[in-house]
Amino acid sequence: MATHSLRDRIAIVGVSCTPFGEHFDLSVDDLIVDAVTDAWATAGITGEDVDAYWMGTYVSGISGLTLTRPLRLAGKPVTRVENMCATGSDAFRNACYAVASGAVDVAMAVGAEKLKDNGFSGLPSPKPQDDGTRISNTAPANFSLLGPAYQQRYGVDPAAFRSAMSHVAWKNHANGALNSRAQFRKEVSIETIEKAPNIAGQLGVFDCSGVADGAAAAIVVRAEDAHRYTDRPLYVKALSMMSGYGVGGIDTDYDYTTFPEVVACAKDAYAQAGITDPRRQLAMAEVHDCFTPTEIVLMEDLGFSERGAAYKDVLAGAFDRDGELPVNPDGGLKSFGHPIGASGLRMLFECWTQLRGEAGARQVATADRGLALTHNLGGAPGDCVSFVSVVGTELSA
Amino acid sequence: MVDMAGITGYATYIPRFRLDRGEVAAAAGERGRGTRSVAGYDEDTTSMAVEAGRPALTGSPNSIWLATTVPAYVDKTNATAAHAALGLDQSVGAFDLGASTRSGAASLIAASRDHGLALMSDLRDGHTGGADERTGGDAAAAFAFGAEAVLAELVARASVSAEFLDRWRLPGELGSTTWEERFGEGEYVRLADVAVADVLKDAGIPAADVDAVAVAGPNIRAVKGVGKSLGRGGDSRNDTVDLLDLVGNTGAAHIGLVLADLLDRAEPGETLLVVSLADGADAFLFRVTDEITRYRAGRPTLRESLAGALPVAYPTYLLWRGRLRRERPRRPDPVRPSGPFAARNVAFKYGFTGARCGACATVQFPAPRVCLRCNAQGSFEPVSAAGQRARVVTFAVDRLAFTPSPPLISAVLDLEVGGRVQLELTDVTPEEVSVGDTVTLTFRRLLTAEGIHNYFWKARPVTTTTAPSATS
Repeated sequence: MATHSLRDRIAIVGVSCTPFGEHFDLSVDDLIVDAVTDAWATAGITGEDVDAYWMGTYVSGISGLTLTRPLRLAGKPVTRVENMCATGSDAFRNACYAVASGAVDVAMAVGAEKLKDNGFSGLPSPKPQDDGTRISNTAPANFSLLGPAYQQRYGVDPAAFRSAMSHVAWKNHANGALNSRAQFRKEVSIETIEKAPNIAGQLGVFDCSGVADGAAAAIVVRAEDAHRYTDRPLYVKALSMMSGYGVGGIDTDYDYTTFPEVVACAKDAYAQAGITDPRRQLAMAEVHDCFTPTEIVLMEDLGFSERGAAYKDVLAGAFDRDGELPVNPDGGLKSFGHPIGASGLRMLFECWTQLRGEAGARQVATADRGLALTHNLGGAPGDCVSFVSVVGTELSA
Repeated sequence: MVDMAGITGYATYIPRFRLDRGEVAAAAGERGRGTRSVAGYDEDTTSMAVEAGRPALTGSPNSIWLATTVPAYVDKTNATAAHAALGLDQSVGAFDLGASTRSGAASLIAASRDHGLALMSDLRDGHTGGADERTGGDAAAAFAFGAEAVLAELVARASVSAEFLDRWRLPGELGSTTWEERFGEGEYVRLADVAVADVLKDAGIPAADVDAVAVAGPNIRAVKGVGKSLGRGGDSRNDTVDLLDLVGNTGAAHIGLVLADLLDRAEPGETLLVVSLADGADAFLFRVTDEITRYRAGRPTLRESLAGALPVAYPTYLLWRGRLRRERPRRPDPVRPSGPFAARNVAFKYGFTGARCGACATVQFPAPRVCLRCNAQGSFEPVSAAGQRARVVTFAVDRLAFTPSPPLISAVLDLEVGGRVQLELTDVTPEEVSVGDTVTLTFRRLLTAEGIHNYFWKARPVTTTTAPSATS
C-alpha cells in the first residue's frame, strides 16, 4: 500500500482562465465556454481531441452535463467533481490520473463557479439535511479561530498579528492590481484594510477573499507527448490530496494553530517532487489565502517559515512579489477572487504564466528556479481537505 | 396511583435578562418601578422547563407534567422535548398541562399523586407598554415528588373551583382582558377562605401552626389581600410578594416560584401554606423535614440566582418577542431540521449524550461509529454532558451568519466530562467572552424554521446563579 509519485509523467500543455469578478452579464455556461475554448486554443486542439473531461463546480451545476450542455459536446466521458474549495484542484488531479493510467491520451480539467446570482453576502454552503445540531458559522468565523489560537500559542501580540494580516491583504491587493483578470485591481492602503467593517473575530472585509464568478481549465497529456502541443509545457512533479476527519470539533488535541491536512499534504508532495527546501527551491507559490490568517498559517504548514515565525516573515516581506519566495503573485483568492470550483485551476494558470515568463508587470524574478507550487484547501481549520501540486518547466535529469 | 408523599427536589430558573418597567411605561407615557425577567431570544417555555427540571431531579420520576400558558407547540406535546432533554427513560410519561395559569397548580397535584416531576414554565406578555407587559415575568420552576429523602411532606391539599370572568384571552391574542379587579378579588377571597379551611381541617392543624404562607395568581389585588389576611390570621411569614417586583408575575410558574422561595428559607419542622388563586383556589400544606438542609447545601436559592442579571432594552425585548421585525440578512434562510434525523439523534440533540470508547476511553460527541483516536468500532458507553461545564478553547464572533439575534457567537469547548464540541454561546455580549472561560451547557431553542423549533444545546457563562448538575 503506497502512493507513487507521477513525477515527470504528466505535462500541462494548455491552460486558461477567464477574468474573475461580479459577472452579472455572464452565466456559468458563458464562463465554461470561454475557459474551455481558450484552453483548447492554447494547446492547439479542439474538443474532439480531448478524450475525457473532469468538470469541477461546488454549487453551479450538477453532473458532467454542466460541461457538455453549453459546449454541445457529445460522446465524451465527463465527471463532475466536488471537493469544496479544492474542487478545481481535484478535477485536475483526476485528469492527471486518467492520463497516467494509460486509459486516455488527452484529459482536461475545468473549474467554474457562478456565485453572484444568489444575492447573498458571503459563500453559499449547501449541506445535506441534518438534525439542526451543526454549528451554523460562516467561513470567516471558522477561519477567524486561527488568529487568537496562534497568538496565544506563540505569545504574539495581537497588534503584531493584525499587522501581518494587513500585510497579506496589502500584498495580494498590490499583486492583483497588476493582473487584468483579477476581481479587485486596486492597491489598498494598510489604513483602509484596518478600518474596514468587522465580519467575524479579528477579520474585517479586507481580510476576506472576493466572492466572484469565473472559470479556468487545464489540458494534460503524457509527458512524452507534450511537445506535440507546446514548446514550453509544464511537467507535473507532485500531486497530493489529503482529507482530515473533522478533528477540530471533536478532538481536544487540536489547537487551531495549524492545518494538519496541509502539513501531511506538503510532506507528501515534497517527497514526490524531491523538494527539500521549498522556500529556496520554489520560484513562487499560489496558496489558499481565503482569509488573511490562513495565508500566515499556511507559510508554516507548507514549510516556508518556522513554527511561530510566519507572521514575522510576512511582515519582513519574504513573500512579497519581490521577496525570497513570492506568494500569490497573481493576487490570490484575496484580490483575484474566489469562484470556488475555478480557484485551484486559476492557481495553475498563474504558475504557467510565471514559469513561462509571460506575467508582464507582475513577473517574479525567481522564475528561473523553474518550480512552482499550488496549494488549495476546502473546509475550515480542523475540518478540511487539502491539495498541493508542484509543477516545473524541466524534466528531471 | 401512588400515595401522597412529598417534595424530593426543587429548582427554579429565572432567565438572565431584566427589563426596566420604567422604560416600558415611559414608552406609553406612564411611570413604573421594578424590573421583570425576560427570557432570551433563544428560550421558550420548554427550554426554561428543562433548565429548572435538571437540577430538581433526584432520581427518575414516574411522570412529568409541563404546565404553561404559552406552549411552544400545540397538538404536539412539549413535555416530550423536556423528557428527552432530561434524559428520562421512555417508560416515564410526559404530559402537557396548559392554557390557563391554573395549570401550575395542576402540575403540582398531578406530580404529587404519581411520584412525578412538576414543570411550570411561563412567558408573560401584554399589549405594548401596558400593565400586563410590565408586570409579567418569565420563569420556570420544577418540583420532584417521591417517598424517599423527602424535603417537604405534602400534608394536605384542597381545591375549590368557580366559573367567573376575572382574566381571559382568546387563543392567539397577545394580551389578556380583565374585569374590574375588585370583582375578581371578592371571588378569590371567598374561594381562598374555603380552600384554606378545607386544607387545615384535612391536616388537622390550626391556622396558628402555619409558619409561612405564600399566594400566587393572576389577580395581584387578590394575591396581596389573601396573603396579608392569611399571614395575619396565623401569625405567619408572608414574604414572597416582592418577587412580583423583582421577577414579575410569572403566570403558571408563579405558584412554583413562591413555593421554592419558601423552601429556600424554611427551617426543618416548619409548616408552609401555599395557595394558588386561579379560577378557584388550590391550597397546599407542606411540612419541611430535616432533609432540606442537606438538599440546599451548595445550591443557589431563587434569590441568589437573581444576581448577575443583564439589562435588556425595551426595543430589544420587542425584537426578541417577535413584536418588531428585524431586517433580514442577505444570507440563505435557515433550513428546518429533519424529523427522522432528529429522532435518530435524540440522545445527542436533546440529551447531549455522546460516548466513551471502550477501547481507549476517549470521550466524543455525538456518539460515533468509529473512535476518533483508536478507530475501534462498536464498544461505546454513553456519556452525557447535559448541563455540565466546559472550557472555552477559542471562539468566534460571526457578524455574517444567520441568527435571530446577531452576532452569532460560537466557541470551541473542551468539556469537563471529556471530549470537545463547538457550540453557540448565549446570554453573553461579545466583549464578555475570553479564551479559558468556564461555561455551562444550557438547553435552548436555536431558531424556528418552517414552523419547526430547532432545540439544541448552547453554552452560557458560569455565574453565581448556576445550579449544580443533577447527579442522576
